[in-house]
Amino acid sequence: MNDFIDFIFLTNSNVRNVVIGIVLICCSAAIVGCFTFLRKRALLGDAVAHATLPGVCMGFLLSGSKNPFFILIGAFATGLLSIYAVDYITRNSKIKADTSLALVLTSFFGVGILLLTAIQHSGNAAQGGLDGFLFGKVAALMSNDLWVFGITAIVVIIISFVFFKEFLLISFDPTFAKSIGMPVVAIEFLLTTITVLAVVIGIQAVGVILMAAMLITPAATARFWTDKLKTMIAIAILFSVVSGIGGAYISYVTPTLPTGPCMVILMSSIALISFLAAPRKGLLAKLKLQHDNRNRILEENILKALFQMGENTHNYESYISKLDISEKRIFNKGQLKNGLKRLQRKGYLQQKNQQWKLTTQGKNKGQRITRLHRLWEMYLTTYLQLSPDHVHDDAETIEHIITPEIEEKLTEILGYPTVDPHQMKIPYSE
Amino acid sequence: MIHQHTKSPVLEVHDLTVSYHKKPVLWSVDFTLPSGILAGIIGPNGAGKSTLIKAIMGLLPISAGYVKMFDQNIDQIRPRVSYVPQRESVDWDFPTNAIDVVLMGRYHQIGMFKSPRKADIDAAMEALKQVKMEGFAHRQIAQLSGGQQQRVFLARALAQDADLYFMDEPFAGVDAATEATIIEVLRKMVTQGKTIIVVHHDLQSVKAYFDWVLLLNMHLVASGPTAKVFTEELLQKTYGGKLSLLSKIGDLVQRQEFPNREQTLGL
Repeated sequence: MNDFIDFIFLTNSNVRNVVIGIVLICCSAAIVGCFTFLRKRALLGDAVAHATLPGVCMGFLLSGSKNPFFILIGAFATGLLSIYAVDYITRNSKIKADTSLALVLTSFFGVGILLLTAIQHSGNAAQGGLDGFLFGKVAALMSNDLWVFGITAIVVIIISFVFFKEFLLISFDPTFAKSIGMPVVAIEFLLTTITVLAVVIGIQAVGVILMAAMLITPAATARFWTDKLKTMIAIAILFSVVSGIGGAYISYVTPTLPTGPCMVILMSSIALISFLAAPRKGLLAKLKLQHDNRNRILEENILKALFQMGENTHNYESYISKLDISEKRIFNKGQLKNGLKRLQRKGYLQQKNQQWKLTTQGKNKGQRITRLHRLWEMYLTTYLQLSPDHVHDDAETIEHIITPEIEEKLTEILGYPTVDPHQMKIPYSE
Repeated sequence: MIHQHTKSPVLEVHDLTVSYHKKPVLWSVDFTLPSGILAGIIGPNGAGKSTLIKAIMGLLPISAGYVKMFDQNIDQIRPRVSYVPQRESVDWDFPTNAIDVVLMGRYHQIGMFKSPRKADIDAAMEALKQVKMEGFAHRQIAQLSGGQQQRVFLARALAQDADLYFMDEPFAGVDAATEATIIEVLRKMVTQGKTIIVVHHDLQSVKAYFDWVLLLNMHLVASGPTAKVFTEELLQKTYGGKLSLLSKIGDLVQRQEFPNREQTLGL
């Protein structure tokens, strides 16, 4: 509990540094990640992250210490180089983008691991902790080097906002951007540069292997919740910072757990929850919509069956049993029972001794579905020249979809027909 | 052969040759256009119609020849020229709304690093109104129909307030109401003295829509006023498929990595 209070109120200066560092790193990664995601360059982000490892090692070799400047510059150089390598291979050979990404990612990462292993076995005392770049190490942020990463993150964030409009346009429609004379190559270079910078500082916390998760997952997750770019960026930042601080906290109270994986697992959990539960775009919302549609179709089919039975007998007032309804139209027994119950609750049916009859509203609705069915059959035979024995099944579905506006248009272009292709009367409401 | 040239043209395309992945797809296209007309570029699939306007706009590298607009290079007068790409060239699932897309047409007026001003938003709304889309300004673009998306693209071009317009298949895959709205807007622009060049697919509407026609099939078959150029005989030449030789040579050039033009010494 004390740990939690210490953490929350940032009483410990180390903790304060970590939290500030994580917030800045997560913000910058989430913002540039949104553009990476929208430009469909998610895998490129992953390649860049892996490609920074040889740079980190070279920075170390050149400076002979874990000097943040050298490491940052080294990581930046090889990260940027990897993007141009992918681009060059794709443009000048028959190799497609996905393959050249795989080639570049593995080659750079291979060199990185080689260098890292060599350094670890070199007996250089300063190398301790360099392997933290694989999975991230929060301790890196406790050091006095924090300000180097902090300033870089702030620069990335400021550039994203200053060039927001330009980044938006080259992400949405780069051809048009070129056509209005925007320096597209320069702006793409700038966006690429800050993306690599965000990756370079992000690997301090998350490590090169998992960095792509902090770049892409917040953006992809935020997209579930909104259709507006600015809102999307805000949500991405929120999710990213929450999982960043959460991951740092877990790793703070349980020092054996590495920060990077904790952050990524939290971020992935938020992504999973969004995938399932986001309004409209989530899986549950879609399943619910399908479920509601099935219920609606069932209910409308019951009302239609009862209406047509009344049509045949010219009597809508007598109560009808489930068995009789099933004779008119085949229903699944359990579904029929539930459907009848719901229709009664909604006031479309009246029940007496397990027998049902239509209320005025129920009759109107059953009549409308019958009308739409027959109108659609008319439309198909008249305008699509289908023969009358081929139109029933289609109308069975379409009758549930047609809106009042379409109905109006349909009757108008058909000239208010009185009978359908099977010579059944089309019932209009009085 | 009809290649009607004009004095003091709005657009001059001189011996333009364009290659895609080193394969020549347009051969020595040469024409001029007078101002204040609605011109259609007509030709079969793969004739290089889109390539031609992209090359004119400087969006594709030119292998040989040059293009002048208002007697200048495109890069000197970009604010006076507008380009409407094919609707399918962008991802309409992008998280943005109609008015923000139209505002992209104002980026030149707004300038770098700045946000749209009230006047730019007014201009964007006015452009949406002209294409009868003012009610959809804040609608997410994925929720618009194909015809409405095309009208948003046209509104973006209107917001640019240019003098010369290039439009790539603005009538492709749109509903009848949209087609009527678009042609009405284009006609009005022409009466205001603007020049519009449209890549077009539907031969039926050519006579009704265009003052000027360019018949294209990897090379320019003919260019001139519709009445003169849009004839049975020239259409036969354009769509006749006798150009397989041109595309065979193009394949050869590509396969053997030939230069498009021999290097000329001393130049």
